Amino acid sequence: MAEKDYKLSPRVDQVGIQDRVDRITKRSVKNEAKRKGLYMALNMIDLTTLEGADTDFKIKQLCYKAQHLHDSFPGLPTTAAVCVYPNFVKTAVQEVKGSGVKVASVATAFPSGQSSLEIKLLDTKIAVDNGAHEVDMVISRGKFHSGEYNFVHDEIAAIKEACGKARLKVILETGELGTFDKVRRASDIAMDAGADFIKTSTGKISPAATLPVTLVMLEAIKDYYYETGKMIGMKPAGGISNSKLALQYLLMVKETLGGKWLTNEWFRFGASSLANDVLMQIMKQESGNYQSKEYFSKD
Amino acid sequence: MKNKIDYSSDWNLDPAPESTGHIKLKNKYDLFIGGKWVKPKSGKYFATINPATEQKIADLAEAGQTDVDAAVKAAKKAYDTVWSKLSGKERGKYIYRIARLIQEKAREFSVIESLDSGKVIRESRDIDIPLAAAHFFYYAGWADKLEYAFPNRQPKSLGVAAQITPWNFPMLMIAWKIAPALAAGNTVVLKPAETTSLTALKLAEVIQEAGLPDGVVNIVTGYGKTGAMMVEHKDVAKVAFTGSTGVGKIIMKAIAGTNKKSTMELGGKAANIIFEDAPLDQAVEGIINGIYFNQGHVCCAGSRLFVQESVYEVVLRKLKDRMESLYVGNPMDKNTDIGAINSKKQLDVINNYIKIGKAEGAEIYQPKCKIPKKGFWCKPTLFTNVAQSNRIAQEEIFGPVLAIQTFRTVDEVITKANNTPYGLSAGVWTDKGSKIFNLTSQLKAGVVWANTYNKFDPTSPFGGYKESGHGREGGLHGLEPYLKFD
Repeated sequence: MAEKDYKLSPRVDQVGIQDRVDRITKRSVKNEAKRKGLYMALNMIDLTTLEGADTDFKIKQLCYKAQHLHDSFPGLPTTAAVCVYPNFVKTAVQEVKGSGVKVASVATAFPSGQSSLEIKLLDTKIAVDNGAHEVDMVISRGKFHSGEYNFVHDEIAAIKEACGKARLKVILETGELGTFDKVRRASDIAMDAGADFIKTSTGKISPAATLPVTLVMLEAIKDYYYETGKMIGMKPAGGISNSKLALQYLLMVKETLGGKWLTNEWFRFGASSLANDVLMQIMKQESGNYQSKEYFSKD
Repeated sequence: MKNKIDYSSDWNLDPAPESTGHIKLKNKYDLFIGGKWVKPKSGKYFATINPATEQKIADLAEAGQTDVDAAVKAAKKAYDTVWSKLSGKERGKYIYRIARLIQEKAREFSVIESLDSGKVIRESRDIDIPLAAAHFFYYAGWADKLEYAFPNRQPKSLGVAAQITPWNFPMLMIAWKIAPALAAGNTVVLKPAETTSLTALKLAEVIQEAGLPDGVVNIVTGYGKTGAMMVEHKDVAKVAFTGSTGVGKIIMKAIAGTNKKSTMELGGKAANIIFEDAPLDQAVEGIINGIYFNQGHVCCAGSRLFVQESVYEVVLRKLKDRMESLYVGNPMDKNTDIGAINSKKQLDVINNYIKIGKAEGAEIYQPKCKIPKKGFWCKPTLFTNVAQSNRIAQEEIFGPVLAIQTFRTVDEVITKANNTPYGLSAGVWTDKGSKIFNLTSQLKAGVVWANTYNKFDPTSPFGGYKESGHGREGGLHGLEPYLKFD
């Protein structure tokens, strides 16, 4: 079989993408649908801290929050996972033990990815050996822009192998790719190379996740599913900090990929502050009033 | 197909109805002649109903000959004594005022439009009414610049314009007609379509509020008969019609040999052409916007889809998937994508074509959506296995029914696209710029959209070739039919 030419990946038109996104953002999610959507969103969050200043204490706080979003209100789900740097994986794994909350670790010289494969593999191995359930890797954007698609593909495949049983999320860093065509191309490469999830952003580059970019990636996932029968997950990350936007993402998933993708097995939000806004909306649904932001823990 | 996406989900949207409590409607509307509401001399009234519920909304006057005479007389008087003597700058002020008032009352206009026509609130709120206001704003700007609009030619107004508008975009089509007529210095007698007159009558109230001199705009309601009386009236200098090609032909016969100018905005059977190198997911969105916008009650609807054979299967699959997430039902719900068919009569026409399509051997596909029991509804429909010689590929259906054919080469698709008595619009989808220019220059259509569909703007002229009509509306070109030159 001839090698795949990723330059031939399907084209994407910006005007049409925006038209489709507009249809979704104009939908009105009310009452029970809103309540259910908010619960779903909470349960899809990868509660994230990726700071130079992170410490074990900070990670412990985050892990507690992931399992106890707002204990004064019973019946809330946990988040899907916590997302940390590799050196905090051990702490995190210990803290979330038995709760069902997963530990995701960024790896591969996050966020720039500017390092050798050896270091990236080692980075991944450390995370996995310490018990990470999921690995969030970054692609080599420089190589991608140079047109070295095979390099990018093989690198992802090598990391996938190093992941073992851990699920691999591949961060495309769409804010550095420049066009929707390139986002589509990078999505195709990542899925072919063995990604379990494709993810928009590191959160370190602006723009991070947007609805149009996510739609391009969801369409790629759909085409891949039709082609191979394999489901790939989607994770928009960065910049999703309010409930309304989160619900729009969920609607987009529902209308593009159907109800099967609407679980945290196949869809995640990478976010640090979304949870509190969703909590506030859930309380508002119950009581009819907005509560002060100070009622919700800021971790 | 081995993998199929299942669009059912246990997470479903709840109803999100737009409130209707704020609108002000009368139970009975008279005729708006000479700046006043007058009872029809005919003594006759007819009901306008909500096509989504079949409930009566109001009674409307049916204008007879005496009423039409009175309306034209009022328009003539306003033209002779006031409007033709006013400077362009002053005319412009009135038109701006109308535009602003429509904007202020946009919510009320859009709710009334949706109740009366069955179109979804999302479209009346985001497209029809804002665009209508935009047309008034746009032409208000031309009123004092006419002298510069046509270099080396001196434009003059015509007199009384008889304008007859259709039921598919009631308020928008009225704006397309009234705004340039007034900017050019003419006065107007307008007849809205009998099933969708309410926004026209609401506009009459706005016109009163704007203080437009009496008789500059007169609005008479009624059926085709009333329209015929307007067209045939000797004091009418200009006829502007949007509607079916059949009626357009009758009008052209009626005014043959007279000095009346005319603009005809008639039917269409547009080709929407998808090449293999197109951005396919967005092309699918364009197909949806092309044919299911406004229930397919669109003269420029992309009702003939041509897909290059190499991508036919994948486009069809994507299209069917996309149709699964279209919400059909209550037009007042903010989430509804496809509303009610405008009238029982039109529903019968559409259903008859669906029957014809099946009898011709085409394969029908409709998504699984539910439709309400009461009211007039048609599921979004597509036909595959269609031949160019099928009636569903040749005749205007004016409903949410798409006929799909495949093609192999550029020349073939150009021949097929032009192989129609109509020539209003077309769509081209390709990633290659040169292909776009090649097609836009060869397609015999008044409007060609590239990598998008059904986009409108007041600055852009709109109109047809061949049996889709003559004259342009919108843009600078839209002024010319309302002017004469020495």
